[in-house]
Amino acid sequence: MQNGEHFGMEDETYTDIDGKAISLECQSHSGFCREFTVSSAKVSISRVMVYTCAVWMTAYIIFFFTEVDHETLLVIGSLGVQVSSSYASGRESTDFIEMDKIKDIVINEAIHMQRVIYYLCILLKDPSDPSGVSSVVPLFQSSKPRLNCLVKVYRSCQEILAKC
Amino acid sequence: MVLKIFFPQCCNKADSGLLVGHWLPGQDSAVVLAVIHYPFIPGQVKQYIHQIRGQSGVDLAVLGSWSMPKEGQEGMESFLRELRTIFPQGRWLQLSREMGKIGFTCNVLPRDQNGKLVEQEKELEKVENDLEGKSGKDGRGWKNEEAGGEGKTKEEKTGEEGDKVIFVHYEQRKVMLSQLHPTDPPVPLTQSTSELRQVFGTVSQSESLFFLDKYDDSPVKLTHWQSEGREGSIIVELMKQASTPVCLLTAWILVLWTSLCNSRILNVFPLRFISSKLCSCVQLSYRTEHLQTVSSPTRATSHTDYMRKANIFMSFLLDVTLGLLLIYWLYRENRVGQLANALLPAADRVAKELEELLQWLMGAPAGLKMNRALDQVLGRFFLYHIHLWISYIHLMSPFIEMILWYVGLSACLGLTFALSLLSDIIALLTFHIYCFYVYGARLYCLKVYGLTSLWRLFRGRKWNVLRQRVDSCSYDMDQLFIGTLLFTILLFLLPTTALYYLVFTLLRMVVVMVQGVLQLTVDFINSFPLFALGLRVFRSYTLAEGVKFSVLCEEPGTPLHLMMDINPLKFSSVVQTYRTATYSCYPKDSWLALCKKLFLGELIYPWRHKTTKID
Repeated sequence: MQNGEHFGMEDETYTDIDGKAISLECQSHSGFCREFTVSSAKVSISRVMVYTCAVWMTAYIIFFFTEVDHETLLVIGSLGVQVSSSYASGRESTDFIEMDKIKDIVINEAIHMQRVIYYLCILLKDPSDPSGVSSVVPLFQSSKPRLNCLVKVYRSCQEILAKC
Repeated sequence: MVLKIFFPQCCNKADSGLLVGHWLPGQDSAVVLAVIHYPFIPGQVKQYIHQIRGQSGVDLAVLGSWSMPKEGQEGMESFLRELRTIFPQGRWLQLSREMGKIGFTCNVLPRDQNGKLVEQEKELEKVENDLEGKSGKDGRGWKNEEAGGEGKTKEEKTGEEGDKVIFVHYEQRKVMLSQLHPTDPPVPLTQSTSELRQVFGTVSQSESLFFLDKYDDSPVKLTHWQSEGREGSIIVELMKQASTPVCLLTAWILVLWTSLCNSRILNVFPLRFISSKLCSCVQLSYRTEHLQTVSSPTRATSHTDYMRKANIFMSFLLDVTLGLLLIYWLYRENRVGQLANALLPAADRVAKELEELLQWLMGAPAGLKMNRALDQVLGRFFLYHIHLWISYIHLMSPFIEMILWYVGLSACLGLTFALSLLSDIIALLTFHIYCFYVYGARLYCLKVYGLTSLWRLFRGRKWNVLRQRVDSCSYDMDQLFIGTLLFTILLFLLPTTALYYLVFTLLRMVVVMVQGVLQLTVDFINSFPLFALGLRVFRSYTLAEGVKFSVLCEEPGTPLHLMMDINPLKFSSVVQTYRTATYSCYPKDSWLALCKKLFLGELIYPWRHKTTKID
């Protein structure tokens, strides 16, 4: 056996105690000097990158389809009120409530998690009970503005509702 | 009060004439349906409107005048004013527009309480959109711009208390063809229905108004949505012509078929009972019912009927197409033969597995110690059954390929039929498992009842059938002795029986699950509203959940112009509203009731068909 010669690469595959593949390299430097190297499979950085990118892209896509870009409230006197939210993907979901069904637009207080918040909402009339409220439609649910913003919108809406 | 005028987009560039439409009762609004052009004779116009009113049931009237004067037509204004006297009514709208100018004037002439004409002129200008000029097409160039806030109303110039006007532009053809959901049964357009519903109802009921056009040779020349190009398709017309004889033929065939099915020969008790149990027969009868609905020669009156017919027809077509595909796939490479050849070894294998299972039970299953004698008896009993079953299968083996071949052909009646046949074949092939389950369950049930009754005896009690409760009772000595003895015997034999029962119940559950999955697929194909979904995808305006408004580009100080678009129904609502009601099989009992039945050893039939009787 010459110096620095490798033993023939045997076809026998070696594994560690958990079953992962490892490779054995035997190098003989001289008659009385041999070197053995055991190496295990590396986690390549490209794989890590690919997985990380995939996870982030999935999160972004989910975000893209569910995140609300802006919300619109269109009040048309004597016709009705239109509430629409448009998403980051360009999709828009609209709802129109006729003036006959609307009792009033008010600012309500609510307990949300650990806070008390104000929100603007539309009160709908109850067909069976003229002075009752059948349901409440909250507005600006994703943006959740604070009281100063709500008061401004509220005053404007009340001007229109009062006129017709 | 704000006056709302619903104005069709097709009339934006119409020549001067009279506005024909409908004042909505109870609301301060008017729907403009068409424009009648000059020259006309007022008497003929009145007669025509009266005729259309009778045909459509909509209270049509002349709403006012529309003027878009071309060159050489000055002086229209005064002429239009004189028309007011010919068509007397509550309010008269004078809309006018000038060529080349962005202006649009609107005069509203109300009638005051004294009956005199009170003129109240205001000039409200309508601003036209830039895009309309660019596109050059009528009505399609309106830019949809969402206003960030509320709509503005105009300050009066005259300062009198007068009408504010909102123009709501709508696309006439789409509104006519669309259906507002939730579709209630059609009610007359009374004051109590909502404004939008009244608008939609008015336009869709005025179909007879849209027959005559300005290009037709008639005394009255109209402009409406048909003026933009006649809508019609040769294929649709041909299909309409061909559908009647096809329907009659199908109906006749179905009558023959149903009379055959109901004939006395086939109504003998065993056959009827078996056919009510087999899924394929149930599916056949269900499809026959469907075809009867579809091929009935009467036209569908309401929207729901029409959608139902169309959905059934489409689902039938889909079914048959999928069935034909299946046939193509099965017969192309003689897969049927391969299937038949694989069936026998599979049945043999199942039997062998069962035998091994029984041998295991007869030994010491899961380390439990069984009562040897009872074990051997039960085990041998079931082994003999399996032996019989295998002999039976081997007897049938030469015929299997032919049977499968014809069964495969039956898929041309639809994929659902093939799947129900498959479910039935599985039921037949696993009949021995069903038998074992019944034996095991009955045995276990007997044992449990015996145990409960003897336990009561052991405690000195008895079940009072009259009062439906447990009473104390004094037994004789020998009764007590024998009772206790029997109780002990039954108690110690319980594990063996319980184990057999458990094993066979599990097997039976597996088979039931497989059948359930097949049934669910069949159910899904049966009830899926393909036509409604197709409509929603390709003609989303026909199924309307509501409307959406967008404010058209306007200058401050001018009245409001809105574009009314149709907000289509969401996909989930479409599926929910238009699902065909099926005989769907659903779990009969809740989970708790099921567990209770299993524990007591009562026979369970977890899937129940809606039409068949409960066992």
